[in-house]
Amino acid sequence: MSTQPEPDPGAHPALDRQDIAHLARLARLAVTDEELDRFAGQLGAVLDAVARVQRADAGDVVPTTHAVPLTNVLRPDVVTPCLPRDVVLAGAPAAEDGRFRVPRILGEEE
Amino acid sequence: MSETLVDLDDVLTRYEPVIGLETHVELGTESKMFCGCSTTFGAEPNTQTCPVCLGLPGSLPVANAAAIESTIRIGLALGCRIAAWSRFARKNYFYPDIPKGFQTSQYDEPLCTAGHLDVEVDGQTYRVEIERVHLEEDTGKNLHVGGATGRIHGADHSLVDFNRAGIPLVEIVTRPVPGTGAKAPEVARAYVTELREIIQTLGASDVRMEQGSLRCDVNTSLAPVGSLEWGTRTETKNVNSLRSVERAVRYEMRRQAAVLDAGGRVVQETRHFHEDTGSTSPGRSKEEATDYRYFPEPDLVPLAPDAEWVEKLAADLPELPAARRTRLQQEWGLSGTEMTWLVNAGALGLVEQTVAAGASPAEARKWWLGELARRANDAGVELADLAVTPAQVAELTALVAEGTINDKLARQALDGVLAGEGDPRAVVAARGLAVMGESDELVAAVDAAIAGAPDVVEKVRGGKVQALGALVGAVMKTTRGQADAATVRRMLEERVLSS
Amino acid sequence: MSDLTALPVTALQAALASGETSAVEVTRAHLDRIAAEDGDLGAYLHVDADAALQRAGEIDASGTAGTGLAGIPVALKDVFVTEGVPTTSGSRILEGWRPPYSATVASRLHDAGTVLLGKTNMDEFAMGSSTENSAYKVTRNPWDRDRIPGGSSGGSSAAVAGRLAPFALGTDTGGSIRQPAAVTGLVGHKPTYGSVSRYGLIAFSSSLDQAGPMARTVMDAALLHEAIGGHDPRDSTSIDAPVPTVVEAARRGAGGDLSGLRVGVVRELGGEGARDGYDPGVLERFTEAVALLEAAGAEVREVSCPAFDLALPAYYLIAPSEASSNLARFEGMRFGIRVGDDGSRDIDEVMALTREQGFGPEVKRRIILGTYALSAGYYDAYYGQAQKVRTLINRDFLAAFDDVDVLVSPTSPTVAWPIGARVDDPLAMYAADLCTLPASLAGVPAISVPCGLSEGLPVGLQVMAPALSDDRCYRVAAAVEAAQGAPLADRLAERAA
Ligand SMILES: [Mg+2]
Ligand SMILES: [Zn+2]
Repeated sequence: MSTQPEPDPGAHPALDRQDIAHLARLARLAVTDEELDRFAGQLGAVLDAVARVQRADAGDVVPTTHAVPLTNVLRPDVVTPCLPRDVVLAGAPAAEDGRFRVPRILGEEE
Repeated sequence: MSETLVDLDDVLTRYEPVIGLETHVELGTESKMFCGCSTTFGAEPNTQTCPVCLGLPGSLPVANAAAIESTIRIGLALGCRIAAWSRFARKNYFYPDIPKGFQTSQYDEPLCTAGHLDVEVDGQTYRVEIERVHLEEDTGKNLHVGGATGRIHGADHSLVDFNRAGIPLVEIVTRPVPGTGAKAPEVARAYVTELREIIQTLGASDVRMEQGSLRCDVNTSLAPVGSLEWGTRTETKNVNSLRSVERAVRYEMRRQAAVLDAGGRVVQETRHFHEDTGSTSPGRSKEEATDYRYFPEPDLVPLAPDAEWVEKLAADLPELPAARRTRLQQEWGLSGTEMTWLVNAGALGLVEQTVAAGASPAEARKWWLGELARRANDAGVELADLAVTPAQVAELTALVAEGTINDKLARQALDGVLAGEGDPRAVVAARGLAVMGESDELVAAVDAAIAGAPDVVEKVRGGKVQALGALVGAVMKTTRGQADAATVRRMLEERVLSS
Repeated sequence: MSDLTALPVTALQAALASGETSAVEVTRAHLDRIAAEDGDLGAYLHVDADAALQRAGEIDASGTAGTGLAGIPVALKDVFVTEGVPTTSGSRILEGWRPPYSATVASRLHDAGTVLLGKTNMDEFAMGSSTENSAYKVTRNPWDRDRIPGGSSGGSSAAVAGRLAPFALGTDTGGSIRQPAAVTGLVGHKPTYGSVSRYGLIAFSSSLDQAGPMARTVMDAALLHEAIGGHDPRDSTSIDAPVPTVVEAARRGAGGDLSGLRVGVVRELGGEGARDGYDPGVLERFTEAVALLEAAGAEVREVSCPAFDLALPAYYLIAPSEASSNLARFEGMRFGIRVGDDGSRDIDEVMALTREQGFGPEVKRRIILGTYALSAGYYDAYYGQAQKVRTLINRDFLAAFDDVDVLVSPTSPTVAWPIGARVDDPLAMYAADLCTLPASLAGVPAISVPCGLSEGLPVGLQVMAPALSDDRCYRVAAAVEAAQGAPLADRLAERAA
């Protein structure tokens, strides 16, 4: 779906510690220095293996995103019962005033 | 925060504005986009949630047919092409008000594309091209606790309510609109106004900006006059009233001109609009550009609206506002300007319904734009929120036409209606407002007036006929306005001039 | 009554129907065995003996025991959400979570009158082939307790093979039912994608995940399949079609006659020139199984599916990509654990710390890989290209099924390996899925049926069929089972006895 230019499929860029750190931030994963090193090595090897998909001659091939040939699966606009609020909040790590309590937010609303 | 601003007239001598709008509309479906939870506004927090809209592990979405149809109908009303093949995509980012860690939205395969909306400002028509209309889901709501202002900055923690999460949200994105010059702020406002009316006419949403069921992001940029390239745009978020749309564009034009005049560069950024000051301020810039990692939502299958379905939806569209205005203007014999007044006053539908209830178009207009507009203004409410129905207004005009009451009595009758005393005819009866006939009481009042003002009678007889007005006034006063002024004048003339 | 835990479900049904035994007795027999063996086997994450016995008592009281699956105990992989019953998906991040709702398949089994014994161990979020990625415990293979039980449904395979449950549900994203079934001597079937509801199945890779049965006999698997299959309006990818007649097919296959059936041996999956990484013993058993099919009247030929060679790289892009998104909701805000919320940290820090401590290394590796494959600038080269490869694999299947009715291969290139042998080598671990991935990517049904032992350890034969032709898998599997005289699982029971 991306319209960005493709990287050269022949030589995929190796993932260094900095790349892993960036991806981990995007994925909200705190990683230790030790993990950074380990992941950089392991993911490099995995990436080498998966980069083989680029060898497929698949220029005009339509991608398969769904394994079932279904379209227009819709439900009627009908209200169904909700969960009781005490049940909803019982599973929450923290709740207050009928709401989920979360730590302070620094970033802007999307 | 006092920013340097350039006068608007001055801005336009050097720069050309380009505007763009992204409008989010919460659809008025009974249930949410991907689950059966109710969408009723104002419920206790987190009472309208389920595993799906809370994003609990294992839950799966199923799309609401009514939301899909509403989106297609909005697209059709905006002259869009309806995609034969469309998909939902995941927009991945973390925020506490999105329960799944992604928003289910549409990316490169939206339901509707390439439409337009013509809007009129000061007699001139501007075409706003619509790039896309797509369907997504709303987020939950964060309440910030602990800061001084209830704002996000300085808050100690936040509380999240997911009642709104998963309500179907249609996003309508325009292409950049150049060529509006000094009218850019008004065109932006007119566009949102017209869009709102279309969606209301379709019955797709209640489009209440104050409740957040219609929300606007306004893009503004300036380019030096004559330049072939557009300038860097800013995106002003959360512009939540029609007036604010206009003010936000105006403010950004004036601010950006000042930046450019000083030799600076406009920063491409998100800005926030402040209702109180009418100004914008920059959002907190993120250290890293967001990468949403869009990909087709594997839990939802593609939408493939077939021609038959789309044709049926098109055939069932109601008459759209522009067509209706043209028709009514013709039927009522109004000029373009008169029509614009009517529309701007928010009185079109009210007048139409009053006419439908039997009033003449001229009378209906006179009432709604005159007396009723005054009352609404005094009370600080919208015309439509006055406690009088178009049928009651039509009844008032009928009572005047048949001579039961005069205009002044009609206003008293209206007082009664607004005070909840019932329909006009009942108020007239209860308050005894009917016009006095040529009764003994009236004859007595006329005679008393003549007897009480010999000097005036003298003047009239001496040729100053206009002095008769004082006698009419005296009679009206003794009859507490209940007499018919014309009748009183005729009776006075008979008595004063003929003897 | 003989040992109730050694009986197939079909025999339990008969014994319950005749009144020879009761649901409570059957349930207690399995609970006793769990109490005796599971400390060592580690098949279960959660067992509530009182609840199970109470439920069995209700079934006995209702008088329905023995009709259909009423009164039969069952174990569920802990990936299925069960109302009020702890559900972890093998992850620390869900420790202590009791869901407020149940998966459709769990509800269907409940409605059928089964008795839930407990929730079985698994690789965290179903990512793995050995169950060593569980955050909670090691699960051992009942055939050799120093070896892995396969994965990710290794708790279910160990429980059923070890007779700690008559049958169990697993899930299969890239082979997670078939491979553990193969290495523990069980029958395991991955149904056609979309034919069993995913509602309430904690998602790993949405376009691949599918729930299915694991049992000691083909017929038992078919009975469980029939109970869970069919359309579910809560799952948009659920196919609105009747459940394939798998029980009937298992019965028919047990007759042993496969005449007229055209069987394709996939060259790329253990065929000539594609034998690197395969145990010789596995290939021998496979060759013998193919000979069995021929002896039963099947017409066997070799077919080539060249795109299958790219199944592994395509899978290891698609599955982590979808997983990186599916696992985003585990951030400690609405359910599960939260780490570091002491007032000093902002929400991003708390989310990151929660995920750091809540997820194990394999999950983190895949999230990072998937985040990379979807990121701007790499999407087309990785995720997009992998989806195209998926189309090529589909085409190979369609072309093959023009010529043959089913395709066969070994299920796993090797027998169960020693615990710990591959934990630090993700690529070696991934290689275990070589044969199972094509059917996953294409969404076609595939079954693993035991076809003998190598080095004293079970080997599985994989039978793949066109979409919605799951019955063919069962028919062939039943014929293979019949040709061997008795279910392989019985040999383990005999050995223990
Ligand atoms: Mg949007
Ligand atoms: Zn809901």
